[in-house]
Amino acid sequence: MALFARTPRAPLEYSRTLWMRLWVGAVMVFLYAPLIVLVIFSFNDSKRNVVWRGFTMKYYEKALGNDQLVEALVNSLTIAALATIVSLALGAVAAVMLWRFRFPLKGAVDGTISLPIIVPEICLGVAFLMFFTKGLNWPTDLVWPFNLGAIVIAHITFCFPFVTMVVRSRLATFNREQEEAAKDLGASEWQVFRDVLIPHIKPALVAGALLSFTLSLDDFVITYFTSGPDTITFPVKVYSMVRFSVTPEVNAASTLLIALTVALTFVALKLQGVKAIAETH
Amino acid sequence: MAEQDWKTNRRVFAAVSLPTLFWVIAFFVVPMAIVWLYSFGENRGLTEIDISGTLDNYKRATEWLYLTIFGKSFAVAALVTLICLIVGFPVAMAITFASEKWRPWLLLGIMLPFWTNLLVRTYALMILLGSQGYANKGLGALWEGTSWVKTLVGLQPLPTWEPVQLLFNNFAVVLGLVYVHLPFMVLPLYAALDRLDRSLIEASLDLGAGHFRTIMRIVVPLAAPGIVAGVMITLIPALGAYLTPDLMGGTDSQMIANVIERQFKKANDWPFGAALSFLLIYAMFILIALQSMRRKVPEVH
Repeated sequence: MALFARTPRAPLEYSRTLWMRLWVGAVMVFLYAPLIVLVIFSFNDSKRNVVWRGFTMKYYEKALGNDQLVEALVNSLTIAALATIVSLALGAVAAVMLWRFRFPLKGAVDGTISLPIIVPEICLGVAFLMFFTKGLNWPTDLVWPFNLGAIVIAHITFCFPFVTMVVRSRLATFNREQEEAAKDLGASEWQVFRDVLIPHIKPALVAGALLSFTLSLDDFVITYFTSGPDTITFPVKVYSMVRFSVTPEVNAASTLLIALTVALTFVALKLQGVKAIAETH
Repeated sequence: MAEQDWKTNRRVFAAVSLPTLFWVIAFFVVPMAIVWLYSFGENRGLTEIDISGTLDNYKRATEWLYLTIFGKSFAVAALVTLICLIVGFPVAMAITFASEKWRPWLLLGIMLPFWTNLLVRTYALMILLGSQGYANKGLGALWEGTSWVKTLVGLQPLPTWEPVQLLFNNFAVVLGLVYVHLPFMVLPLYAALDRLDRSLIEASLDLGAGHFRTIMRIVVPLAAPGIVAGVMITLIPALGAYLTPDLMGGTDSQMIANVIERQFKKANDWPFGAALSFLLIYAMFILIALQSMRRKVPEVH
């Protein structure tokens, strides 16, 4: 036992028990092993992904030389950026509406705004497919970036409720006396909004932006239904590559996306700290 | 502080409510209403759909074939949720009671996969589970090892290792869904456990209850809201899952979302697909109603 004789464990230090550590370790292995294998094998000089045959970057060259894949990636990033900007504005405005005002049918409005979070993706996808083809006759042959319009609209619809949720919980901690003080000192509604309210909800806006960007970039199902025959996004492209011909290019492209996620996460960390991010989920 | 009546400041109310209401109505309520209307329609020709008010689509959805698919989707989603709860609870406990230094990193460890693209994660798991993948190799090595030990003690060696089919079956679907949804479960559990008053646990331990009994009788009841939240957050997307059963499942692993998708792509029966979509939405509503009913039950202190 002398081998383990460190400071004795306090009763509540559950994370210091051996079985707990093994459990957490096993879960982390379960969560990360597939991703790590994917990343390693994107550098593997073998077509069949099985044995290590030496380091190569050729699949990255191939992936980046694949015009369709690059186009899909550019499309996805454009969609995510546009959807994030509009979702932020719309989500913040909706949160202010629900936080500040009492109005008829408020419960119904509140419920409807959060519905897109609950409705299954497949149903939302189906709804947009029908809406754009049967309801609107949305043209599918527009020039870039207008051909992404339908997808951007769909993404905003499922992203902005998350922004509203995050901003609203931040607004709950706002001290209205600050607003009154600003007004007493002669600020207009707009100045109060810009100089008092916005700075207060800024952390929530950052969190909401990151959340929207990731959700938009992540979405496959809704985009799959909404996109016309000629518009591809990254997940849709990867899906068809996985479904019909597994090539090591997919590994390389996926690794690039994982790298992007990690980078975004670290930006979030720098801006907010781990704890704040955890609380927004 | 009290909310302001909208009439006291109509200008500001209009500025914040009009964009929101416009968007929600034009791009959510209307599309949903179109699906709802088409669910009462029938096909006339290849692309023509006539909204005739027929209930045939719903009647067809209650056929045995579709009922079993609904039942199976529920069973798979429930099993996935249960596994996530059992696997995730100790992880949430570990994060809650970890030292200040470790907690953020453990949280980050859970959140990073949550932020990683779903398709990429599913694909990564598929590589690992493939017949030439590492999961199979690992099992093979275990098998060889057992065989070697058996010969060592003088028993018949095991027959040679055949790679098992880990992909394209129901097992793969459940594993894939657990893999994808585990972070969804852990985060709300952690949020609930973190709010827990630790002196209650200490009191229970001081009064002679064991750790297991304390967890079951004190921690679990106090964390119940978080457990319910985690269960809902896992159950609902798992029930509507499309990608995992599509990519990792076999021919018999279809879930309801796959059947809906087929109506819109291959089978080209939009009215029936619309009816199935709405049945799935109604199922979600029932689940949420059950949850909020549970919440209204007065708590005994």
